[in-house]
Amino acid sequence: MLSVRDLTLFYGDAQALDGVGFDIGEGEIVAIVGANGAGKTSLIRAVAGMERPAGGTIRFRGADIAGWPPHRICNTGIGQVAEGRQIFPSLSVMENLQMGAMLPRARKRFRQSLDEVIALFPRLEERRDQAAGTLSGGEQQMLAIGRCLMGRPELILFDEPSLGLAPTIVADVFRIIRRLHEGGMSIVLVEQNVSASLRLSSRAYVLENGRVVAEGASAELANDPRIRQAYLGL
Amino acid sequence: MIASLARLPARVLLATALLGLALATAPLVVDGYILSVILIALYFAYVGQAWNIVMGYAGQLSLGHALYVGLGAYMAAALYIHAGIPPILGVFPAVAGAALAAAIIGALAFRFRIGGVYFALLTIAFAEFTRILFMHIDWLGATEGLFLPVENRTTNDLLNLRGSPTMFYYVLLSLVVASVALAYYLRESRLGFFLRAVREDEDAAEASGINIFRVKMIAVVLSGAMTSVGGVILAFYYNNLFPSDVFGMHRSIEIILAPIVGGLGTLFGPLIGAFALGILGEGLTAVLEASGTSTAGIKQLVYAAMLIVIIKFLPGGLWPSIARLIRLDRGGER
Repeated sequence: MLSVRDLTLFYGDAQALDGVGFDIGEGEIVAIVGANGAGKTSLIRAVAGMERPAGGTIRFRGADIAGWPPHRICNTGIGQVAEGRQIFPSLSVMENLQMGAMLPRARKRFRQSLDEVIALFPRLEERRDQAAGTLSGGEQQMLAIGRCLMGRPELILFDEPSLGLAPTIVADVFRIIRRLHEGGMSIVLVEQNVSASLRLSSRAYVLENGRVVAEGASAELANDPRIRQAYLGL
Repeated sequence: MIASLARLPARVLLATALLGLALATAPLVVDGYILSVILIALYFAYVGQAWNIVMGYAGQLSLGHALYVGLGAYMAAALYIHAGIPPILGVFPAVAGAALAAAIIGALAFRFRIGGVYFALLTIAFAEFTRILFMHIDWLGATEGLFLPVENRTTNDLLNLRGSPTMFYYVLLSLVVASVALAYYLRESRLGFFLRAVREDEDAAEASGINIFRVKMIAVVLSGAMTSVGGVILAFYYNNLFPSDVFGMHRSIEIILAPIVGGLGTLFGPLIGAFALGILGEGLTAVLEASGTSTAGIKQLVYAAMLIVIIKFLPGGLWPSIARLIRLDRGGER
């Protein structure tokens, strides 16, 4: 479904990605793990079109989308739940959801999308007229996911969905991601929470200094002594 | 639009009608001096409304809006003086020129993701650069200034913008009404919705699939084009243009005062702010003159003090408080 090859990205002179490659099949859930500054967020932003790669290809369903503007990439069906719960704080919950459905691909199916999102997050219906900035951290993350779903994506890029949330909320968020996956959604999960994301995903890539240093089935990676020592503290 | 107007409470419609009547008949009632004060307030309400689209709605701080005033003023005046083209036609190339300048600034800034203070610096740079350029164009009078022929005439010539202050009053009043209507339409449109998203969080807007480059470009170009029409009126009202004055930094600052005092990003903020500043500034001058203690620059001092008070105590501006007072806020006035 998505196939990234030799992706290189610079911020000025600093190299953030150095020949990264990864694949994700239809309905698959793939984790990309690594320490702070390994290039995880850069990778997400490059795939989403928010950073322009210096080289490499990003093939989504056959088309090379590297260098496309973000709104065009969104409209091909790649959704994004960005780091730090990027919601529109002074807009109401409903307006936030409407904003997610402004893509040409999603406009006509607004009602259907809204019903689906509310079935997934009943809390959002209760708070529909409340300003999004007044929601709790967990609710804001639900809203961010809900807004992304309003755009009817077929692949969702999750960037650190557990960041800054209480452990019980983190468990909720991972449950939601699992449910989306069970519903057939393809998911790229970028996380610092290595153990949880290895449990959730079928395959994983380990990123270090902008390079893929290990890849394979998540269960195997979780048993790899090097990974256990470097990322799981075992 | 009509449907949402019908939703307004009757007393608001009545108040609007009374205000409209007062504005429509003002020149018949007030004396020349007061009319000139209202004229200036209307001018600032209009250009403030235009600036508000960039800053209030799109969240991009422009400190160089004098550029568009000046381009509009010079273009229309030069075409009138050198080619005899009446301003009613000259306004079109004036708007086109200003829109082009805005498009260049916007494309430069937004393509390279320049925002915040750097965008403000870019707008200042363009205005300053144009000021110096115009000081060296002899065809436009250079530093000597460009003067429109002033004739004593008893009739109003709307096509050539030659006539009494009363004529200018009605022209400006129409522009203000049109600009409020345009801003209202903009806010209710899908574009207005996108502008709110961009102002709130550009990254999140982009991640939601909004073409933020396009949205910001439309705001900047629309604002520049609107502002230039104000410049055309200014040129034909004052009949003289000097680059150091028209393009000066102080002109750009003047433009932003009314919307900030009245309320950034609100529909009526620029109008309320322009009148508040006008009444306060002129009222104080009159009082000081009467007491024989008038000093040069006192008005600027008052504006500065008012700005500080507003930013400190009413950061949202005057309009949100007024809207609450007349119960117009419905939680929706932002």
